[in-house]
Amino acid sequence: MSQKLLLSAKEIDIILHRLACQLIENHTHFKNTVLIGVQPRGKFLADRICQILRDDYQVDNIQLGYLDITFYRDDFRRSDKPLEANKTHINFVVEDKRVVFIDDVLYTGRSIRAALTAVQSFGRPQEIELLTLIDRRFSRHLPIQPNYRGRQVDAINQEKVKVHWTENEGEDAVYLVSQ
Amino acid sequence: MSELSVNHLLGIKYLNQQDINLIFETADHFKEVINRPIKKVPSLRDITIANLFFENSTRTRLSFELAEKRLSADVINFSAASSSVKKGETLIDTVNNILSMKVDMVVMRHPNPGAGVFLSKHVNASIVNAGDGAHEHPTQALLDSYSIRERLGEVAGKKVVIVGDILHSRVALSNIFALKLQGAEVKVCGPMTLMPRYIEKLGVKVETNLKKALEWCDIANMLRVQNERMEISYFPSTREYTQQYGVNKKLLESLNKEIVIMHPGPINRGVEITSDVADSNQAIILDQVQNGVAVRMAVIYLLASKIKR
Repeated sequence: MSQKLLLSAKEIDIILHRLACQLIENHTHFKNTVLIGVQPRGKFLADRICQILRDDYQVDNIQLGYLDITFYRDDFRRSDKPLEANKTHINFVVEDKRVVFIDDVLYTGRSIRAALTAVQSFGRPQEIELLTLIDRRFSRHLPIQPNYRGRQVDAINQEKVKVHWTENEGEDAVYLVSQ
Repeated sequence: MSELSVNHLLGIKYLNQQDINLIFETADHFKEVINRPIKKVPSLRDITIANLFFENSTRTRLSFELAEKRLSADVINFSAASSSVKKGETLIDTVNNILSMKVDMVVMRHPNPGAGVFLSKHVNASIVNAGDGAHEHPTQALLDSYSIRERLGEVAGKKVVIVGDILHSRVALSNIFALKLQGAEVKVCGPMTLMPRYIEKLGVKVETNLKKALEWCDIANMLRVQNERMEISYFPSTREYTQQYGVNKKLLESLNKEIVIMHPGPINRGVEITSDVADSNQAIILDQVQNGVAVRMAVIYLLASKIKR
């Protein structure tokens, strides 16, 4: 197994700031906007984006939630591993809100498909956008594309894109891992 | 998340500590789901569940049905009163006929102890025991423990007294297994005529004085006197039973601490528990009912995930 560094901590920092600015460009004061990190890995990215918006761009009152999609996935009883659920924490109404889904890697699009169904349990949003740090091109199973994209990556199916976060893995980095 | 160690839920005695933890963690997620504006997840869209009730039930049956529907399973209901069982069909024949309609899971309540185990050996479906005679009622014990965990943080180390008709109670037996497995201390309290012989062999203590039992415990689980299972008289009168083993406000106030009151339902108000106690903040009876749906969703979800496609 070998791994190649795709993004360093410095590069990730620059990209996160750009993504935050793009969000501000479209949502200005975030009055009617809610950010939702898709569990489990989208939580870290969502927390970071939120922190940058607050600390560096003085956007206060951001509504941030986490959405678990386990019970909405389309591979129940199909995958070898049991599906592992995570906490959903959405303490606001999404009815008529502009929702931004945040996830670290967009690959087949199936997780986002599940998230689109899951979020409907909390109301009917006005619109839903997608922000992702890594967009794996040419590997989509569904017609889903990000509105905000950190970096586009070409990887073959046997390869994995792993995003590391300081708060979880001890460093900010993105690796391309091949078997 | 790991898997359950069993393919059926026949009784608590077949589970281990990890199974119970897994069921509770999964139930936590479902509890959040059933408090959403839309309380339904699509996980079990391709699963069909038959609820076979050969004995009367209100709460358990509704709770199972709701749990199944919240998981998007297809549900068929069967009650013995209106079926071919009355015409002499055997249990295996009845169930196999139902299974031939492509049913994946069977939730069964039956008056005979061991009916679930028997069925699991003869038919090709996941079996959930919803009560078999005076033997086990595993989902009730799970939701009771889950409610204790929710109210007091954990089950381990807690002192629980089960009061009333222990002899005819499947809730008592399943609760004893579940509580002991999780490291709680258990006493049973009631008239000796309603106490099974050798009950101490399960590692519980017998106490015939209700006041002493309540002073000892953190939680009192009050059981109903099951008159329908009694062929002879086990105590002189209901009034005398209430005087000896009924919980009322005055008795609770005479204790030097506040204990948690549970009841699996249906309540006989004024017999084993007075209305002012049943409706007080000390009682978690309605929490138990709400948790019942989440716990049953967890059990069904985890068992369904083991059904091969």
